[in-house]
Amino acid sequence: MTKNQSLRGQLVDETTFISLGDLCHSCTVKTEEVIIMVEEGILDPQVGQAEPAAVATWLFHISSVKRVRTAVHLQRDLGINLPGAALALDLLDQIAELKKAL
Amino acid sequence: MLESTMEYKDYYDIMGVKKDATQDQIKRTYRKLARKYHPDVSQESDAETKFKEVGEAYEVLKDPEKRTAYDQLGSQWQGGQDFHPPPGWDAGFEFSGGGRDEGGPDLGGFSDFFESLYGRGYSHAGPDGPRGRQGFQIRGEDHHAKVIVALEDSYNGASRSITLQMPEVTADGHITTRNRTLNVRIPKGVRQGQQIRLASQGGAGHGGAEAGDLYLEIEFSPNSKYRVDGADVYLDLPLAPWEAALGAKVKVPTPAGSIDLKVPPNSQAGKKLRLKGRGIPAHQSGDFYVVLQIALPPADKEVNRKIYEQMKQEFSFNPRASLEV
Repeated sequence: MTKNQSLRGQLVDETTFISLGDLCHSCTVKTEEVIIMVEEGILDPQVGQAEPAAVATWLFHISSVKRVRTAVHLQRDLGINLPGAALALDLLDQIAELKKAL
Repeated sequence: MLESTMEYKDYYDIMGVKKDATQDQIKRTYRKLARKYHPDVSQESDAETKFKEVGEAYEVLKDPEKRTAYDQLGSQWQGGQDFHPPPGWDAGFEFSGGGRDEGGPDLGGFSDFFESLYGRGYSHAGPDGPRGRQGFQIRGEDHHAKVIVALEDSYNGASRSITLQMPEVTADGHITTRNRTLNVRIPKGVRQGQQIRLASQGGAGHGGAEAGDLYLEIEFSPNSKYRVDGADVYLDLPLAPWEAALGAKVKVPTPAGSIDLKVPPNSQAGKKLRLKGRGIPAHQSGDFYVVLQIALPPADKEVNRKIYEQMKQEFSFNPRASLEV
């Protein structure tokens, strides 16, 4: 079944930050999974001023969506654990940096 | 039901294992191939297709029941041949399947060949599939896809037609994939890795809730003469030695069309010439950098050799002065 539509999307601003809830929804992951990724150093949320410790005040850069999804895919598809996925993400970042410098 | 032809798939061949490979060998091979072709990691151009093929092959070969049944199809089949499952081929087997366990990729559906053998429906319920569906209203899932555009599209804006495979839950609870073709405007000024959000084009909501969004990640087509860093664009520009030495006006391509560039005399290789604001357009447009390279004409004819000989005589030039040798 094919449907033809002409769509004008909205460019996601690179300065956008999203809440923990939005991140979980967008990546179809549970809150606990994201918290563990923060603990593992995969994600680095901005912490709200009012209650520094409260998870509810966390704000994630929009690029976190891709990071979380990649971490989930790597774990599932390659049978690796989260620290392994974290290492792969860091190496992928390094490759991207090196490619730019090439 | 419409009878469609499909190709026989040689799962052993796809994974590059022998027909008598042990389950352990198959698992090891799968792990290797999965790392090689994983779309989030791989540098190969057809990684996603390969990853999907390998995942499908592994789905069958890792499961002794499915593998035995597959082997029983016989060895007379060859990869790519038209295939119809022989009647009653799966007698005596029960594919308990159900969900996917660890180790299988989830990139939409498997091939028609796979589905003709093992049925469809159970192959889609990966972690990105429906999860936690409950009796109350719940907003549809956000979907994510990549769209490859030319750098020129970012300068001018463009329209792209993209086809997405969307898993969908039918009224009777089965999961099928539906091909959806969307015509999407690529806005001027998009950058590598940026996302375009298409509101309500993601998964359908449950219980009358609104649909999720569709996010398209922009990827610039890799075979371009330009390099991109953020909003800045780089081009390597080869020059003849006399152009670099004497200065010249040369035609230079840019994604917005070619321009005339003045190369100052005594330009060295590696020198960067900046064209302000000619990078990717934005409120604050990026810059366009021309990186000079010097191409040496070959000394393959007597007359050309003579010119080099003459340069050798006339110049007092030590290119290795900085090396202090």
